[in-house]
Amino acid sequence: MKKTKMILGLSLAVISGLILVAADHIDVPGTMSGDAGDITDVYTFQGQDTNNLVFTVNTQGLLSPNATAMATFKENVMVEINIDNTGDNVEDLVIQAIKRGDKMYFFGPYAPTATGTSSMIKTSAASGEVAISTYGAAPTMATKNGMKFFAGPRDDPFFFDLGQFKSILAGTATGFNNPGTDTFAGTNVLSIVVEVPKTMLGTSSTLNVWAETKKKQ
Amino acid sequence: MKTNQFKIITVALVVAFFSVNCDNNDDNANDGVQSMDFSGTYVQQDQMARPAINTVFIASGQPKDDFNAAVPSKMGAKYQSIFQSRLLALNSGYTTNALGQDAAAFTGLLSTDVLNVSKTAKTTFFDGTNVLTGRALADDVIDVELLLIFGGPMGTSNAGLTSDHVNANDKAFTTSFPYLATAW
Repeated sequence: MKKTKMILGLSLAVISGLILVAADHIDVPGTMSGDAGDITDVYTFQGQDTNNLVFTVNTQGLLSPNATAMATFKENVMVEINIDNTGDNVEDLVIQAIKRGDKMYFFGPYAPTATGTSSMIKTSAASGEVAISTYGAAPTMATKNGMKFFAGPRDDPFFFDLGQFKSILAGTATGFNNPGTDTFAGTNVLSIVVEVPKTMLGTSSTLNVWAETKKKQ
Repeated sequence: MKTNQFKIITVALVVAFFSVNCDNNDDNANDGVQSMDFSGTYVQQDQMARPAINTVFIASGQPKDDFNAAVPSKMGAKYQSIFQSRLLALNSGYTTNALGQDAAAFTGLLSTDVLNVSKTAKTTFFDGTNVLTGRALADDVIDVELLLIFGGPMGTSNAGLTSDHVNANDKAFTTSFPYLATAW
C-alpha cells in the first residue's frame, strides 16, 4: 500500500511538470489562446466524394462566441500541410494557405524546393482562393480544378473532458466521471479546410500528414 | 529577298504577339496572384499531427517549444526515450497495450508526430477494425489514446481511466464540405 502510494506520488510529481492542454490547444512559445500560430487540431479524412481527401487545420482554440468575430487569420502566418508519400516522414508535397486582405490564398499540393523548418511560397503553384467567411454568416466556399477551399470560424470539433483529466493528474480525482463534461463545448476555432483529389497526392497507398504554422521572418 | 525579309518579320511579329497573349492568359488564370507579394522566408512556429500527443508526452516550457519546432523525421531519435519515461510515469504498470505494443514500440510510434493516412481504406483514428488510417471529425481520439495508455493488453485495466465518457462533439457535423459545424 505504502509502495503504491509512493509510486503514485512519484508519478504525479513527474506529471505535475506538465501542463496538459489537449489536443494541442494553446502550446506555442510565449503565446496565449487565440494566437494565429497555435494549431489546435489536424484532421485528414475522406470527403463526401471518396476520391478526395479533406485536410483540416484548426487554430486559435477556445474562442468564446463573443471573441470569435474579432479573431482573425494573420498575413504573416502561413499554415502548411505537409504530406509524405514515400514513408520517410519528410514532406514530398505541401499545401500552403495564407491570408491577403479578406481572402485566403492556397498553393499546392506541390513539391517544395526545400523541406524542413523554413519555407517559401511558390506563387506559380497557386491553386485557389476563397473569401474568409464571416462569423454568423453562411460559409463561403470556393472550388477550382477539383479542389475545394474554406477558411473561417467554425465550432471546435474536438471533444474531451480536459478538466477531469487535469484533476486526475493533480491527484484530486481517481477517474473520469460518467457522463463526462466536454471542456470544448460551446467554443470555436479558426478553421482552414481544403479538399483535394487523391490523384494530386501521388501514387502511394498511404500518406504521413502533419501541419505547421510558419511565421514570416 | 526583300519579300522574304518582310515575311520573316511578319512571322516574328505574329509569334511575339501570340507569346505575349499566352503569358497574359497565364496571369489571368492565377487571378493576379503573380502580382501579389508572397515573398520571404517563413519559419516553423508550431507543428502538430496526432491529437494531444505532444501535450501529454512533452513537458511544458522549453521542451515543448523544442518539440513544436522539430521536424517529424528527426523526432523519433530525440524523443522516443522521453516519451517512454512519460508513459511509465502516467501508468507505472504498463506492459503492453491493446495493439500488442510494449512501451518502446508504442512510444516509438507516438514520438514521430505524423498522422498516418490511408488513400484506399476508410479514414479513422480507430474504429474497431481500421487503426491509424486518418482522423475523422467524429473519431473519439481521446478514448483511443486513454485505452492505449491505461487499458493494458486487453483494454480492461484501469477502468476509470480508459474513457472520459465524452463520446461525441457538441454539434453535428455536415456530410458535405466544409464538414465542420457552424460556430457557436
